[in-house]
Amino acid sequence: MTDVSAPSNNVQNAISGISLRSASLSYEGKVVFEDLDLDLPVGHMTCLLGPSGVGKSSLLRYIAGLSGNGAEATVSGRLLFNGTEGSKADVAYLAQQDLLLPWLNVLDNVMLGSRLRGVRPDCGRASALLERVGLRGQEKSRPASLSGGMRQRVALARTLMEDRPIVLMDEPFSALDAITRFELQELASSLLAGKTTLLVTHDPLEALRIGHRLLLLTGSPARFETPIDPPSEPLRDAGTVEVAALQAAIMERLTAAKHQARAASSNAQIQAGQ
Amino acid sequence: MKLLRPVIIFLGLLVVWQLLVSITGVAAFILPAPLSVLSALFAQWPLLLSHAGVTISEILLGLGLGMLLGCSSALVIANFRSARLWILPVLVVSQAIPVFALAPILVLWLGYGLASKVAMATLIIYFPVTVAFYDGLRRTEPGWLDLAQVMGGSRWRTLTQIRIPAALPALASGLRVAASVAPIGAIVGEWVGSSAGLGYLMLHANARLQVDVMFAALLVLALFAVCLYFSIDRGLRLLIPWQADKTL
Repeated sequence: MTDVSAPSNNVQNAISGISLRSASLSYEGKVVFEDLDLDLPVGHMTCLLGPSGVGKSSLLRYIAGLSGNGAEATVSGRLLFNGTEGSKADVAYLAQQDLLLPWLNVLDNVMLGSRLRGVRPDCGRASALLERVGLRGQEKSRPASLSGGMRQRVALARTLMEDRPIVLMDEPFSALDAITRFELQELASSLLAGKTTLLVTHDPLEALRIGHRLLLLTGSPARFETPIDPPSEPLRDAGTVEVAALQAAIMERLTAAKHQARAASSNAQIQAGQ
Repeated sequence: MKLLRPVIIFLGLLVVWQLLVSITGVAAFILPAPLSVLSALFAQWPLLLSHAGVTISEILLGLGLGMLLGCSSALVIANFRSARLWILPVLVVSQAIPVFALAPILVLWLGYGLASKVAMATLIIYFPVTVAFYDGLRRTEPGWLDLAQVMGGSRWRTLTQIRIPAALPALASGLRVAASVAPIGAIVGEWVGSSAGLGYLMLHANARLQVDVMFAALLVLALFAVCLYFSIDRGLRLLIPWQADKTL
């Protein structure tokens, strides 16, 4: 049977790099999010903000197809990549830790994906990517001899080496010092241009510098608040009045969300006590 | 200084030993002086060498076999849940039986020759190697496994490219333990029943009150055991330069 609404749905999906429909996730009986819808525009960087523990990383892992790992999880919902369902082959993933393998040199770490899939690695492209992240001449170095910033650059090169249209990043710069973080935000913003990117971050300023759109995830079960679309194109100057005002507004919303969460949990405790 | 320190410790112990013998005037069949042990070592070295050859081959064969069996078992129980459920309890219970108690049975089954001693050495190192490697395979950094999954790595390639290399430092600790206990297995095997080897020579010399020969055999054994441990430790350090532990 033909569904008449299908074509219009496809048209709608075609403009979304990632679409989430009625996504639900619970860990060991605790609902993280329920009936969540999300559309990430193609070629844009979307930043996901929210109080810690709200489920930002869980949502990212849900999209990466990693929800079932580790704890006992119940997952449901539809996930569409560029309008088609189910394929996870379109995603590259960059975590908070660089996850470099200590026994491989920098070049081999960048080409890890080919090793794991058993295909011939493209050395030339890997070297070119290392050059773009500013690590020329470090191909043969071991990760242990690199600084935190350099290691995260290698991880960024490894993510780009996968050449996927969708990139998921989970607080990739949060463990770095302020200057290195600043540099890497710039680098990531330029290297990931044109890719559909979802960046989980706890830093509103980072999101305002490099994000096209900012999403706020709050509450329990987690819901999206009204998204924030900063006026100009990234990379934005962190010193402007608009950015400062938006940062203040976001901080206010996050603080309110945190207070609400606290009140809700103490209410729940009182009810449990009665 | 780093190289000199063990030499100084060794010579110091020899001096204490010699002083103890000279001052107390203890009989030579109870505690021979280091000099008489040395002279026995030189006088009897062809005999010592031939027996040492037997013991060393038992130890090395036992080590090789124990490592092979231990690593294979660890790979099987780490990768197949059903195998884990069946094998792990057996493995743990088997450790409750002292390996020494098995020595007479092994000699009965496998004879006085090489086989029973190799089996003893294999048995004694099998458990530490299996447990260490299995533990390493179980504790792969979850982030690496997530990365492999997102990258579309197959189970087999994730095992060979990530889980096994990541488990090598843990395996190395198991191998160090193995290197230090394998000689015990071989010597216990020789004590229970044998016609050659340093353990046999020690019993033989002891029965004839040739305590200096007994000490000389012990010295050769200790020297080999120390060399074995340090060469394995050194080899592992070269093979696994990324391992975290830097002790010794």
